[in-house]
Amino acid sequence: MLYFLENLRSALDAIRSNKLRAGLTMLGVIIGVASVVLMVGIGQGSQQQITERIESLGTNLLTVSPGSPSQTNVRSLFRRAGGGSSTSTLSSDDVSAIEKNVSGLIGISPELSGTMQAIVGNKNMQVSVIGVTPDYPVVKNFNVEFGSFITQGHIDKREKVVVLGQEAAETLFGAESPIGRDMRIEQHIFTVIGIMEEKGQQGFTNQNEVALIPLTTMQQRVQGTDKLSSINISVERQDQMSQTAALIEVVVRNQHRITNIANQDFNIANQSDTVETLNEVTQTFTFLLGGIAAISLIVGGIGVMNIMLVSVMERTREIGIRKAIGAKKRDILQQFLVESMVLSVLGGAIGVLISYLGAWIVTNYAETRAIISFDSILLALGFSIGIGVFFGILPAWQAAKLKPIDALRYE
Amino acid sequence: MIQLHDITKTYVLGTQELTVLKGVSLHIQDGEFIAIMGPSGSGKSTLMNIIGLLDTPSTGTYTLEGRKVSHLSEREQAEVRSRRIGFVFQAFNLLPRMNALRQVMQPLLYQGVHRHEAIEHAESALKAVGLADRMHHLPNELSGGQKQRIAIARALVTNPAIILADEPTGALDSKTGEEIMGLLDELSANGVTIVMVTHEPHVAEHARRTIHILDGLIHTQ
Repeated sequence: MLYFLENLRSALDAIRSNKLRAGLTMLGVIIGVASVVLMVGIGQGSQQQITERIESLGTNLLTVSPGSPSQTNVRSLFRRAGGGSSTSTLSSDDVSAIEKNVSGLIGISPELSGTMQAIVGNKNMQVSVIGVTPDYPVVKNFNVEFGSFITQGHIDKREKVVVLGQEAAETLFGAESPIGRDMRIEQHIFTVIGIMEEKGQQGFTNQNEVALIPLTTMQQRVQGTDKLSSINISVERQDQMSQTAALIEVVVRNQHRITNIANQDFNIANQSDTVETLNEVTQTFTFLLGGIAAISLIVGGIGVMNIMLVSVMERTREIGIRKAIGAKKRDILQQFLVESMVLSVLGGAIGVLISYLGAWIVTNYAETRAIISFDSILLALGFSIGIGVFFGILPAWQAAKLKPIDALRYE
Repeated sequence: MIQLHDITKTYVLGTQELTVLKGVSLHIQDGEFIAIMGPSGSGKSTLMNIIGLLDTPSTGTYTLEGRKVSHLSEREQAEVRSRRIGFVFQAFNLLPRMNALRQVMQPLLYQGVHRHEAIEHAESALKAVGLADRMHHLPNELSGGQKQRIAIARALVTNPAIILADEPTGALDSKTGEEIMGLLDELSANGVTIVMVTHEPHVAEHARRTIHILDGLIHTQ
């Protein structure tokens, strides 16, 4: 072991004396490590992004929507935002039944939505008009920033008041304050009473382009229906999500007089299930990316082995001299192992630095983000040490087993 | 000190067998300076390699300091080589990319001697061969004579029982060669056992005893 430091010094000397070759050899490991770390980072970044996006819709959220339950949660997540369905089977009676029979709820937010033309003066845009109740901000985790929200009084009197999303307000009213002003949605005149806070994309709906109006106004004055496009329910405790979902299913099924589950005309999406499903998907995606990148790491390792074999050949005479002056087999073995490990670990370290640069570029210039975790760095460095040993052992053994006399005679 | 008894060495080259040593017996006393002479192909280098435990004899026994060493394991041979034998080669055989001091330290480091102690010994060995002012030079910055002095210092530093010199002046001009021989004389005067292979008679004259080897047999003694 005493000779270890000397071997480390020799390895650095050998690398320094052949910088180009060492650099090219390391390049394989650099690319391998950088791509593994970066790919895993991108996978973890998009996982985090998706989770955040879903959680911004409101955690502990159950969504009852029309349609058969055979459709997956993920699809329903996107479909839900797609607007009101003319074949909706949900109604305000379902909401009352849930309110009456299910406990432990923070709020229930029935919605009826549709895409409509909004007009102010000579400006117009397509907005997604949603009929909502006062529970909407609490359930959807989406609050009023200026003015006030829709109250029970507005619901009772079916008033024509509207709360706009940030972008809708900006597009229609420009820099002026829209509060208290009138606007037209289809043929109806509404008064703006508030503006929502800024919020991200939900499914296919840009939440900043919404126009929220009282549910009763939407149902009776605008669309002439008593149906709902969805019921969002916020549950008090996360660990009771599944239980509550099952209870709601029974309540709504009774309400709809459904005896055969196959004929069920609604389904319930559990937000935490959705997060879990998406996490599984992105995890698989991460493994796939990391796996492909790992192949390049192995190719890099083969490069190290190749160069080490050449190096042993070239230094046969040096090995002979070392043996003549007292080196044992394991000294020579260690010398070449240390050298291949220095190559691969140095390459690994540079690779990690490059992956940081890549992650910065991805996060700042691409529509996704990359998170370099400490775990993936440890993994990649561990891997490169492993590669140094694994691909170095054969050349080192070849060097160690040389007979001193053969090595000395080698020209 | 060194006792060779009926040593033979046969190489197998494909289907042919080539017997290089045909039964060599030799006794070398402690503190002797002996020259082995002979034309190329006579087997003198093979004999040297066997004495240096770089090669093993086909038959016969080799006893070094009372210990039978001819059929030790590779590991044990490396151990004996490391502690009891110092080599000086015709082509110097210095290690690349290492200054003189580090060159001379290597045998000690392989023995497991601590660094600061190795430096001390290496410095005194380099002083002994007259290279006190060249300790931090790389081999390619030094002349042939200086390189051979490093090699001698490296052979000396472990305080070996014998120094084996294989044509130590072969790659040097005659003036430098004489200087190197002067150094070996000095070592011999200090009691170091030296076995030297050469084919130059005036180099062999420095030895106290010369043996001639011809076609794998000792001719005159």
